[in-house]
Amino acid sequence: MPAHGTPPSAGPQSLGISFDGVEKCFGSFVAIRSVTLQIAPGEFVALLGANGAGKTTLLRIASLLMNPTKGNIRFTRDSESSQPRSAAPRITNAASPKNLIGMVAHSTLLYDELTAEENLTLFAELYDLSDISSRVANSLDACGLASRAGSLVRTFSRGMRQRLAIARALLHEPRLLLLDEPAAGLDRQGLAWFSETLERLRADRCTVLMSTHARNESLDLATRAVSLANGRVEHDSGTGGDPRPILAAVRANSRGDNQ
Amino acid sequence: MTTARATAILLAKELRLEFRTRELLSATVVFALIVVVLFSFAFNPTAEESRQYGPGLLWIAFLFAGSLMLHPSFGREHANDTLDALRMAPVSSFAIVLGKILANFIFLAVVEAILVPVFGVLYNISLAGIVGRLTIVLALGTMGLVITGTVFSAISAHARMRELLLPLLLLPILAPLLIAAVEATVGLFADQPQLDRTWLAFLAGFDIVFFTASWILSDFLIEE
Repeated sequence: MPAHGTPPSAGPQSLGISFDGVEKCFGSFVAIRSVTLQIAPGEFVALLGANGAGKTTLLRIASLLMNPTKGNIRFTRDSESSQPRSAAPRITNAASPKNLIGMVAHSTLLYDELTAEENLTLFAELYDLSDISSRVANSLDACGLASRAGSLVRTFSRGMRQRLAIARALLHEPRLLLLDEPAAGLDRQGLAWFSETLERLRADRCTVLMSTHARNESLDLATRAVSLANGRVEHDSGTGGDPRPILAAVRANSRGDNQ
Repeated sequence: MTTARATAILLAKELRLEFRTRELLSATVVFALIVVVLFSFAFNPTAEESRQYGPGLLWIAFLFAGSLMLHPSFGREHANDTLDALRMAPVSSFAIVLGKILANFIFLAVVEAILVPVFGVLYNISLAGIVGRLTIVLALGTMGLVITGTVFSAISAHARMRELLLPLLLLPILAPLLIAAVEATVGLFADQPQLDRTWLAFLAGFDIVFFTASWILSDFLIEE
């Protein structure tokens, strides 16, 4: 059983994120309603909720892909206070945190007509990484796709694409990892690799914000659980709190739904 | 990372994708050739008529080919939401737009390199003495077309009925460019070929204005 509570303090600098009264509207539909949430650097947060609860929208706002309609988000590092400043702009990215954020989204974010190796090389170049060829080779090896490095992504199965999508998100060693249903399509071997990867990231104090279904065993790694309902934070175990009661309640609901 | 370096990386990606699939180039070349050949069969122009109306026909063929080619420019980034991956990368929005502009310029230049000699043969226009000057006009006109087209491809990429929306937005905006390019080409196809610097300056001005607009608006062009 993994330990819960305050994340360990050793390891490279991590990136936390604060949502301060964040609201997101699509026309007249309000997807996120006044979400205020402070996620400390190094926390592993399970983001739970039914379909349409607002998990994906919150992750897209955190990834800087989407601006909130109201409110601010602010990135914090280990040494900084996570208190939002009243005069802060909507999104504070003064230190350009893009190269510290990784995301696995619903789509793979991969080019079907490029090979696995070409895809990873492209993003390694865009993130201005060093030693690209060995980094890409190691990444392909780690996700079990080394033998298919030269194959076009469109020839891959769903699970293989997902593994490559995860490898792409981790290529630049992000310090804030946003995962939106990351285990979709993974087989047992893929799930084992993914769980190992998450354990390593947690030990390395990478901040993780993961939206997934209640049956995913990776949720046991979470140091905090936040459940959303109708765009609002319904339950939050808080920093240092025990996420297990919330996880247990969500799993019980999930079993009830399936019966 | 500098914008120039990011642009070079993204341009290489665009070229690799296109030269691997040849989706845009093959369709556009065939379409542009059909337009030129059909006009030739329909009107069977004399040499004098070719010099008079040929430039208009040539640029309309480029315009139609361009609008066909430019639509998927941003559209195909939607297949796996790859534009999101580019937007998340620590590169400037302008590098993403500029990579597309330069790639589209190269693709349309390839189409023109195939189409212009065929046009010369079908319409009995000698290109021998005007290749250099014609290249300048084609380069300036094509650059204006692809800058504007790429900008509107980005704008229309999220819209419903985007296939229809792009030509509807693009063709009226390109009317001044079409007039200038046609007038400059008419001068070159005359018995005594002349390069009209006024129209050339207009084309260059059009390119500069829309290039500057694409730079200033690049953040808005690729945001969700």
